[in-house]
Amino acid sequence: MGVTNTLHDVLKFDEAKEAEKITQKIRATLRDHLRRRGLVVAISGGIDSSVCAALSVKALGPKKVFGLLLPEQDSSAASKDRGTVLAEHLGIEHLLVDIKPTLEAIGCYHWRDEAIKETFPEYGEGWKNKIAIGGGTQGKINHFQLIVQSPDGELKQKRLALKQYLQIVAATNFKQRIRKTMEFFHADRLNYAVVGTPNRVEYDQGFFVKNGDGSADIKPIAHLYKTQVYAMARHLGLPEEICNATPTTDTYSLPQGQDEFYYALPFDKMDLALYAHNHNLPAATLAEMIDVPVAQAQYVYDDIETKRKTTAMLHWPALLVEKVEGPLPKPE
Amino acid sequence: MSVETKIRDYILENYLFTDDQSALENDTSFLDKGIIDSTGIMEVIAFLQEEFEIEVEDEEMIPENLDSVNNIVAYVTKKQKADQ
Repeated sequence: MGVTNTLHDVLKFDEAKEAEKITQKIRATLRDHLRRRGLVVAISGGIDSSVCAALSVKALGPKKVFGLLLPEQDSSAASKDRGTVLAEHLGIEHLLVDIKPTLEAIGCYHWRDEAIKETFPEYGEGWKNKIAIGGGTQGKINHFQLIVQSPDGELKQKRLALKQYLQIVAATNFKQRIRKTMEFFHADRLNYAVVGTPNRVEYDQGFFVKNGDGSADIKPIAHLYKTQVYAMARHLGLPEEICNATPTTDTYSLPQGQDEFYYALPFDKMDLALYAHNHNLPAATLAEMIDVPVAQAQYVYDDIETKRKTTAMLHWPALLVEKVEGPLPKPE
Repeated sequence: MSVETKIRDYILENYLFTDDQSALENDTSFLDKGIIDSTGIMEVIAFLQEEFEIEVEDEEMIPENLDSVNNIVAYVTKKQKADQ
């Protein structure tokens, strides 16, 4: 009990001080390194992008922040509504662009549905789909299940074979990449910089698409655990429906939590697992914190390391054969 | 060609880009050494299913079955015997 309380407490922080630190850093980064005069933030209606938008407004004022709402065929209506509520709450200029026609033209849905039909031939109009992860936190090798729902509500599930898994993920990655293309268009048009919205767990565990949501000029909350992002949302006085939003991928047509797709632990437990791992706490301590057997806590630690290894290249720029003199190094 | 040779040749050709047999020890963990990641293991499973006509079940997707040449050889041999 004492251990658990202490460890929950470690994610508590001084929100006002942290908000001040982040907003100062945003201004300094724009001024000293990026030399852009404002920020573009894509608003999904989720907690991370909402907090990033609010911090951007706190740093620069509402007139220097441009919000983009970029729904597509599989986005939930609630996400769009929350995005609009946030933009109006912050008083920022914003634009809603439905990216479904672009995704259709580029083949996103076609390639995805082709791979789904190879797994479930009966899949078609009116069906819904999602992918779920399994394995890593039970000591098995991570693998993926495809779950589909027929128009009359029947759920079916199968392990995805490699080819179909890769094709579905590659096709859905179009969503994040088209969104980012739109963000950079508006940033270039306005002479603004693009905000990336990952929280610490997403950033650490590689839960982003390279050249998609992983691409940005500045990532203001990449050092904050998700629990802290929620606390920051409340500190910044964001609307209640945003502060209470459950993390979802909003990428597949069936409702899908981030924990189901990628982490295999709910976000608050994932926060504690990552914190405990970063502070070299024994698996037995984590087990007590998140109320699982010690062996499973060890699997969670192993899974954290596996994901770090397998996603490291998502963080990297293109690798060169040898160092090229000339370009200035990345500012610290 | 033995099961071991087929597996070694597949790993050497596809993940180590070499035909130098000394580049791979049979007891080396693919995951620990970073030779293959979890997507790579899915590729290995697809290879095993096609090459040896076995079905890899969900509960068999564990490092003990798949995370070294020795582990794969033992696993494939066991599966082939079970199918006979």
